[in-house]
This record gives sequence, structure tokens and C-alpha cells, in this order.
Amino acid sequence: MAVKLSRWLKQRFPIEKTYQENLTHYYVPKNFNVWYLLGSLALFIFGLQIFTGIFLTMYYTPTAKEAFASIEFIMRDVNYGWLIRYLHSTGASFFFIVIYLHMFRSLLYGSHKRPRELVWLLGMLLYLVLLAEAFMGYLLPWGQMSYWGAQVITSLFSAIPGIGPKLTLWMRGDYTVADATLHRFFALHIIAMPLIMIFLVRLHIKALHYVGANNPTGIDLAMPMVNGKNNQIIPFHPYYTIKDLGGLAVFLLIFVVIVFFAPEFGGYFLEPTNFMPADPLQTPSHIAPIWYMTPFYAMLRAIPDKLLGVMIMAAAIAILFVVPWLDRSPVRSIRYRGWMSKVALFIFSLSFLGLGYLGLVDVTPLRTVFARIFTTGYFAFFLLMPFYTALEKTKLLPERL
Amino acid sequence: MRKSLILFCLAVGLFLFSITQAADTPIKLQQAHIYPSDKPSLQRGAKLFMNYCSGCHSLQYMRYQRIAEDLGISEKLLKENLIFSAAKPADPVESALLARDAKNWFGVVPPDLTLIAKIRGVDWLYTFLQAFYQDNNRPWGVNNLLFPEVAMPHVLAPLQGIQVYSALKPEQPQPTLSLEQPGLLTTREYDQAINDLVNFLAYTAAPEKLKRQYLGMGVLLFLAIFAILTYLLKREYWKKINERSF
Repeated sequence: MAVKLSRWLKQRFPIEKTYQENLTHYYVPKNFNVWYLLGSLALFIFGLQIFTGIFLTMYYTPTAKEAFASIEFIMRDVNYGWLIRYLHSTGASFFFIVIYLHMFRSLLYGSHKRPRELVWLLGMLLYLVLLAEAFMGYLLPWGQMSYWGAQVITSLFSAIPGIGPKLTLWMRGDYTVADATLHRFFALHIIAMPLIMIFLVRLHIKALHYVGANNPTGIDLAMPMVNGKNNQIIPFHPYYTIKDLGGLAVFLLIFVVIVFFAPEFGGYFLEPTNFMPADPLQTPSHIAPIWYMTPFYAMLRAIPDKLLGVMIMAAAIAILFVVPWLDRSPVRSIRYRGWMSKVALFIFSLSFLGLGYLGLVDVTPLRTVFARIFTTGYFAFFLLMPFYTALEKTKLLPERL
Repeated sequence: MRKSLILFCLAVGLFLFSITQAADTPIKLQQAHIYPSDKPSLQRGAKLFMNYCSGCHSLQYMRYQRIAEDLGISEKLLKENLIFSAAKPADPVESALLARDAKNWFGVVPPDLTLIAKIRGVDWLYTFLQAFYQDNNRPWGVNNLLFPEVAMPHVLAPLQGIQVYSALKPEQPQPTLSLEQPGLLTTREYDQAINDLVNFLAYTAAPEKLKRQYLGMGVLLFLAIFAILTYLLKREYWKKINERSF
């Protein structure tokens, strides 16, 4: 019966071919380290967000009047509603932790370089959509921080000359963030953005499997064969499915500690102010976006002019898209690059983390100075990349692993 | 690589040290002791809340019945001692104070307290309830060190007594309050009562906490075993790869 059914299916759908192409006959280098777990972890979290999101949607009410209370209903009256909700809220923060590390991995090992430029571009598009997805999702609890965060970020678009104010009005569907905004953000958050993401994830993986994965040494591994056997690349399944499963278990151990024992994570994953229902008449004394957006928020605040600030912020994300063409190094991996690349990457990481911190706290003159230094550091990494990567002396690449 | 990592951590630490500042509360917060599994404390806290707070403050996301179930209070006791309105056990704890009246009498609508422990933090609440002092310039004759010019009267004054403000002395960086007229409770008993109340508010902010942590332990145990098994499985599979000679 089962044999018959599988034959029937095989004749009508390339099930075996799909399986082979993506798992058993998808060959990857055998020297993947811990950084290479992040892709499949990101995929796992994406699945988790969709799964928990479906259940949240069953009880959530996207109206200004009832949204906040419906979340508390989920937390208190729905069986294991708190678990579903904390998985979703912690999942959102962990999605960004994983994605930031995943992006950092690419910079570390030059995974954005030829022939993987398209993989990088699709990944950056995904990051952009993920930011939008998270931003819209953050409005849904309709707490004070949700409301005022959305108010501030949508108002940024009004800085665009000419069409700005009309664009903001069009996005909000009202003159301020209001019921109409909540409705549309809900629709975009649960349907539009996830659909785009599924599509982009498919393309991202398809493009990656077509060109093959990079590895920590950054050298091409397709060629050398020993005794007619290529022993540097191995099939993804079973080797990496099992290794990734172990990685997933360790990841979940950390994840679960947050979900069950510190779901608010000291006010960084769920902010204290957001336990107050949105009040359009009362601006909180301190408005900060959620942590994963704070690096860009810090840049915005560091620039005295609003339009210029918005442009800098947009440029900070836009510049990521051209990294494959800024990087002129003859080698991919940081292991074989010169000291200048290492110093640059260090400055970049410090700047990004520093900006992330500064975006969380109140402004003081000293902090503004730091924010400007870090903004400079952030952009210097990219703008000087064509020079230091081309100038520095690289180490000799090994022939094989 | 390791050296640069250490350097990196040092730099981050130094940077954080140089630009972080202490939280901006007018006085130093005292520490509340939260025991989500201490049912007698939670019951005393619930009693205090219903007797002293629920006249003005609601717990609109918290049902009487849920409180009774979680705190081990029978329905009979609940109806006789904790429900002072016409509410049924399945109803949320809502104050009878109308928003319009509250505006007229206090100038503000008293906030709902279901989530107050998450918004302000338990230490803040504990300190707040300790920080009332006599101030005849205020409409209710009291002011608060932590929340200056607060609209709330000192409802717990009969229990605590009346505190007065002692002027700042050079050797005392923090303003101090001294008890001028004792209340029904001794200072120790009052501290305990406030701690019970804050414990109860911490419970209403996260009624699932105990169950969550209990379930969490089980999940962690499962994952730990799962991680070990996957590691062993991985090692078994990868043996072939690692043994393959060049």
C-alpha cells in the first residue's frame, strides 16, 4: 500500500529529486563551525513564529479598544496562552540575535563575495522585511511603547521633502497612529510580510544551494578529488541535519531559560512601559524602540537635522546591500585577511553594539558624542572597505582543507 | 584571536562603565522580597488589597475566582471576605469608583494595578508605600519621597502611623523619614504587610509565574537529555568523516 502510494506520488511529483537536491545530494564543506548553525536556527525560529502566531491570532483582537485587553486575556484566560505569547515575543528577539550573528558570519568569512552576491542580496532583503515585520508586530500589543514607537517611526517618513506628510498619512490611515493603523499593521504583520518572507527564504536557500556554501577558510572546495573521492565536502543529510539538531538543542536550552524564567528579559524583550495601555494623550518620558532597532535609532538621534538623520539611518541599511562590491579582498575569510580588515571588523562590531546601547538610553551630551563617533565607525567600515581590502597583504590560501 | 577578544570585552566594559548612569529615582529603592509560592503572604496581600486599595484601584485583568484558586482560598471565604461589591466570583476585580468622580476628587483616575508590578517594579512599589510623609501643603496632607506630589492619599496611614520629613543633614545623603505617631502596626509588621501587598501585586502581574517556572524546569530537563542524545548521535555519524584520511 505504502509502496504503491509512494510510486503514485513519485510519478506525479519530483519528491525524490527535491529531497536529494536539498538534503542528501546537497554537498557542503565538512568544516562548518558553530557560526554555520545560524541559518537553520533562523529557519526554525521563522517556523516557530508562524506556528505561535497562528495561535495568537485566534484570540487577539486588532482594535484600539480591545487589543491590550485581548493580550492580557491570552496571558491569563487562554490555556497556555502565556506560553504561546512568550514563545512569540522571545522568538522575535532571538530571531534578530540569530540574524545579526548570521550576517556577522558572512562578514567574517566573506560569504557575500562572488559567487554568493545574490545570496547576500536576498538575505539583506529578508532582513529589511524582517525589520518591517517586527516593527508592525510591535504595535499590536497596543501598549504605550508600541504606540509611541510607531508614532515616532511613522513620523520619520514625514521628513521626506514633498510627499513626506502625505506618505505618513497614507501609512497611518489617520492623522496619528490610530485604530486604522492597528488594523493595517495587523494585516501586514500576519499576512503580507510573512508571505514575502516565505518567498524570499525560498529564493535565499535556492540561490545558496545553487552556488554551494562557503566555509570558514573561504576557499573553493568543489575541485580536489582524492582517490576518486571528494573528502572535503559531505552531504547535508545526514551529517548536518544531525549536527544542526544538536545545535538546535543547545539553542533551545538558552531560549527556554528566557521563555520560562525571564520572558521580559529585564525589560529588553518586553519593555515595562508597554504594560501600560496606549494613551495618545500622554507621551512617555522616555521613548526607545525595542533593542534590535536601537543602533539605527541612535544614529537618528545623533544627527541634529531630522531629514539628514533619516537619510543616515536609511543609508546605514542601504549600504549593507552593496557590501559584495565594496569588498575587494582577493580572499574571503578573515583568517587569511590582513590586520586592516580585522581592525575594521572590530571597530564595526564595537560601533554597532555601542549604537545599540546608546539607542536604549536617554540622551546626554557625552552620549551624543559617542553616538557620532560610532556612527562614523559604522560607515567607515563600509566606505573604506574598497581601500583597506585591496591594499592589505593577505595570507597564502591553503590548497585544501 | 583570543587576545583581541579579551581586548574587545575590556573595551566594551570600559565604555559601558563610562557612559551608564544610575537609574533616575529621587531616592534609593528598598528591596521587596517576592515569594510567588508563599500562599499565606499572598493571601494577606490579597486581604490588604481588597480592604485598602480596591475602593479606588481595579485589577481589571484578574478574576476573583482565579485569585481564589491560585491562592488556595475557598469560594465561601472569597465571597464573605474578599468581594465587597456585587461582583460574581468569575468577574474581574473592578473598583466601584467612577472615572468622573475620581477626576473630581483626586484630579486623576487611579491607575489599574493588575500590571503595576511589571510597569514600576516591585522595589519601586515597596519603597513608594514606605515613603509617605506629612505635608500640610498637599490636599490630602501627605506627600511622597519617591513620587513627589502624588495624588494618592496615604490610605495605609492607620496601619503605619504618620511619618514626618527630617531635613537633610550633611552626613545623610538620602532624605529620611521618622515615625512621629505610631499606627496599628509596629514598623516591622508594617514592613511585612507592605511586602505581602507587593508580593500579591507581583502575583497579579504574572499569575502564571509559578506554573511557568515549574514547567520550565521540566522542559529544561527534557532538552538537556535531548541535547546529550543528539550529541552522541552526531558523534556516531561523524566518526566516518573524522576518520577519513587525506
